[in-house]
Amino acid sequence: MPAPLIEMRGITKSFGAVKANEAVDLSVAPGEILGLLGENGAGKTTLMNVLFGAYAPDAGEILIQGEPVRITSSADALAAGIGMVHQHFHLAPRLTVLENLLIGIPGKSGRIDRVGGLARLAEIGRQHGLTLDPDLPVSALSVGEQQRLEIVKALFRGARLLILDEPTAVLAPTEVDGLFSALRSMAAQGLGIIFISHKLNEVRALTHRCTVLRHGRVAGRVDDPANTTSAAMAQLMCGHEIVPPARGPSTPGVEVLTLEGISTSQHSGTPLRDVSLSVRAGEILGIAGVSGNGQRALAEVISGVRAPDAGQMTIAGQKVSRFSPREVQALGLGRIPEDRMTTGLVTNLPLADSMVLPRIGTAAFSRKGLLKPDAIRAFAEAQIKAYDIRCPGPMTRAGALSGGNLQKALLARELAFDPKVLIVSQPTRGLDIGAARFIHEKFLDMRAKGCGIIVIGEDLEELLVLCDRIAVMYEGRIVGTLDSADATIARLGLMMTGAEGHS
Amino acid sequence: MSAVFEQIFQVGFLAAIIRIATPLAFATLGEMFSERSGVLNLGIEGIMLLSAMTGFTATSLSGSLWLGVLVAVLTGMLMGALHALFTVALGLSQHVCGIGVTLFSSGLAYFLYRLIFGQQSVPPNIKGFETLPVPVLSSIPVLGPAVFNQFSLVYMAMLAIPLAAFVLYRTPWGLSVRMVGENPRAADSAGVSVIATRFQAVILGGALMGLAGAFLSMAQFNAFTFGVVSGRGWVAIALVVFGRWDPWRSAGAALLFAFVDALQLRMQASGLGHIPYEAFLMLPFIFTIVAMAVMSRNAVAPSALLKPFRREER
Repeated sequence: MPAPLIEMRGITKSFGAVKANEAVDLSVAPGEILGLLGENGAGKTTLMNVLFGAYAPDAGEILIQGEPVRITSSADALAAGIGMVHQHFHLAPRLTVLENLLIGIPGKSGRIDRVGGLARLAEIGRQHGLTLDPDLPVSALSVGEQQRLEIVKALFRGARLLILDEPTAVLAPTEVDGLFSALRSMAAQGLGIIFISHKLNEVRALTHRCTVLRHGRVAGRVDDPANTTSAAMAQLMCGHEIVPPARGPSTPGVEVLTLEGISTSQHSGTPLRDVSLSVRAGEILGIAGVSGNGQRALAEVISGVRAPDAGQMTIAGQKVSRFSPREVQALGLGRIPEDRMTTGLVTNLPLADSMVLPRIGTAAFSRKGLLKPDAIRAFAEAQIKAYDIRCPGPMTRAGALSGGNLQKALLARELAFDPKVLIVSQPTRGLDIGAARFIHEKFLDMRAKGCGIIVIGEDLEELLVLCDRIAVMYEGRIVGTLDSADATIARLGLMMTGAEGHS
Repeated sequence: MSAVFEQIFQVGFLAAIIRIATPLAFATLGEMFSERSGVLNLGIEGIMLLSAMTGFTATSLSGSLWLGVLVAVLTGMLMGALHALFTVALGLSQHVCGIGVTLFSSGLAYFLYRLIFGQQSVPPNIKGFETLPVPVLSSIPVLGPAVFNQFSLVYMAMLAIPLAAFVLYRTPWGLSVRMVGENPRAADSAGVSVIATRFQAVILGGALMGLAGAFLSMAQFNAFTFGVVSGRGWVAIALVVFGRWDPWRSAGAALLFAFVDALQLRMQASGLGHIPYEAFLMLPFIFTIVAMAVMSRNAVAPSALLKPFRREER
C-alpha cells in the first residue's frame, strides 16, 4: 500500500461536556476512496471540520505525506491540498460559475484572471468529464450541476484530497452513477477521496476501505466493503443488530384522501400539473422523486396551506372547499412538515406551546379567547412521557431539542388527535437509526389502526420498507404508481427521471 | 407656462443637477460598497455631517482645501471602522449600531464645532473650491460649461463611478466583497476572510461618505451649518436600493434625484409663488418614495445583508 496522503492521529474534540471526537485515527492513500460511516452525531462532520480547519482539535495531529501540519483555517486546508464538498453547498447563487470558482484566487495585475480561469475550467472538464458553462449564474444550475461545481472548485484549487459530505443525498439515482464515475476517475489519477455517507449500498459500491465512527470513536474498519454485508456494517455503526420493522399485509379500507386533477400555479417551486391520487384507510402511500419536482406544492395543497388552481380534494369523503389549514385539520388531516424548525414549530417558544399550536383555538386548550395553561402543560407532559421525548420539561425552548426528539414531538402532537389521514415529508431526514426506527413503528401502528398515511421522501429504501404503494413525481406530475411488491430501486430510479411507469 | 420652462432648462440648470448629484453619488457609492459586503450602514447621515465639520475645520485652521478633504476622508474611514467594529467584529444589530453611529457622529460634530468656533452671530466661512474648467471639453456648447466647468471634487465623483464598477466587478477584491455579501460561508471556505473583507468594504464606504461631507461644507456651501447634510445620507440609502446595488445604476439614481431636486429649486424661484415653497421641497422625497415603491419590488438585496457572520457555529 502506498504511503498515506493524509493521516489523522488521535484526534479529540469536545464541545462543552460532549466529546464529539475521541482519539480518532484515519488515513487515506493516494488513489484511495475511503468511506466514512456513522450515525448522526457519531462525529463524522466534526472530524471533517477539524481536517478542513473549521475546528481546532483539542488533541491529536494531522500529517500530510508524513509531515505534521497545522490547519487552523480553510485557507490552510486549501493550501495543504484538501478540498471539501459540503452537504449544503457553499455557492453564491447570483454570481456566475466562473466567479464562484475564482473567489479567493489572486488576480493577474490587479484584475480577475478570466482567461486563466476559463483555461483551467476546460482542463478539469477534459480530465474528469466535469463540464460546466462558466457564465451561467449558479441559480440556473440543477442541484447535480451545483455539486459538480463544488467538486470542480476543489480541483481548481489543486486539491489532492477531496472530502464529500453525504453527496448523494441530493441526487437522483442516475446522477449518482455520474458522480461515482467521476470520483473513480479522480481516484485513478491519484487523488484521495473521503466519502461520507450512511447509505450502505453506495458505500459498498464505491469505496475501497471504510472507517466507521460511533459516539465519536472509531468503532471499526472495513477493509473490503464490496464483500461485507450491509448488515455487518450497520451493526458496526449502531453497536447492535438492526431489524427493519415488519410491515404486515395491508387491509385497506375506504378512501380517506382523494386528489383529482389538482394543478397549481408557479408560485414558488415546481407547480403541480393534473395530479390525481388516493389513499385508503390503513394504507401507506409513498411519494418518491428527486427533490424539487413538486413535492412541496403537493404537501402544501394537502395541508391546506396553498389552494390549487384546478382540481378537487376530499378528506374522509368531505370535499375541501376553502383550503385553509384549519379546514383540512377539522376534516381529520394531520401533518408533519418537511422543515421541523421553520414550519413545524416555534423554536423560541416553550415546547408545550408548539405542541398545541395547531389546535390552540379548540375547546381543549382555550376558553372564551383565553388560554388554559394548565391543560396545555398537562397535554405536553403526557405526550413527552408517552413518546419518550428527551427534554428537561414542557417549558423547554423547542429549538433546544435534538432533531429526533423534535420529530417525536411533532408526531405526538398530530397522533394525539387520531387523524384519519397523515401527511409527512421527509419523516426521518437527519435522524439516527434508532429514532428513525421509532418513527417507522409509529407509522405502522397508525396504519394498523386504520389511518391513511402519505410519506413524501427521497430515501427509496425507506419508502420500500414502509409503503404499500409508491407514486413517483417528476416535474409536478405523477408519472406512475407501483405496488411496493413490484417496486425496486432501479425501477423507481428510472421513473424518477421521467420515464413512464406501469402500475 | 412656457416662460417658466425656458427659465428652467438652461445651462445653469444642467450645472445645478451635476452639482447636487455629486455628494449623493459619493454617498450612494459608499453605502453601496458597504451593503454589497453585507453591512447596512445607517451611520451614513452622521458620518457625512461629522466629515463635513472636520473637513471644514481643518481647512479653516490650515487654509488648505485638500488637507480638509483628507481630514474628512479619514474621519469617514474612522467612523466606518467604528461601525464595522460593532457590526462585523462583534456581530451586533446593524440597524441599532448604524443609528447609534449617526447620533454619536452628529452630536460630536455639533459639540466640536461649538468648542472650536464658539457662538458667533455670523457663522464662519472658508474660501471653498472654485470651478476648474477642463481645457477643450469645457468649450463644447451647452454640455461643456455645465459638465466640464465644475469643482475638482465633481470630476472625482465622475471618475469614482467607473472606478467603483471596475473594482467591484473586475478585481479579486471586488469579487470577494460580492461573495461575502451573498454567501459568507462560501467565501470563508474558499479561504477569504469574511471579517477583513467586510471591514475593508465598510471603511472604503466611510471614505466615500467623508468625500460627500467634504463636498457639502467645502464646495457647495463653504460653511458648516447644522443642516448641511439635511437628509442626504438617508436619501443615499434609498438610492442604493433604487440603483439595485450597482455602481452605474446607483449613480444614475443619484442623477435622477438631483434632477428632481434642481427642478424644484427652479420652480421655487420661478413664478409659481402662490404655492408655499415647502411643497416644492417635498418633491424630491416624494419622487424617492415613488421610485422606491416601483423599483424595489423586483430589486434583490445582497443575500447576506444584515446577517453577521460567525464561524464556529453549531
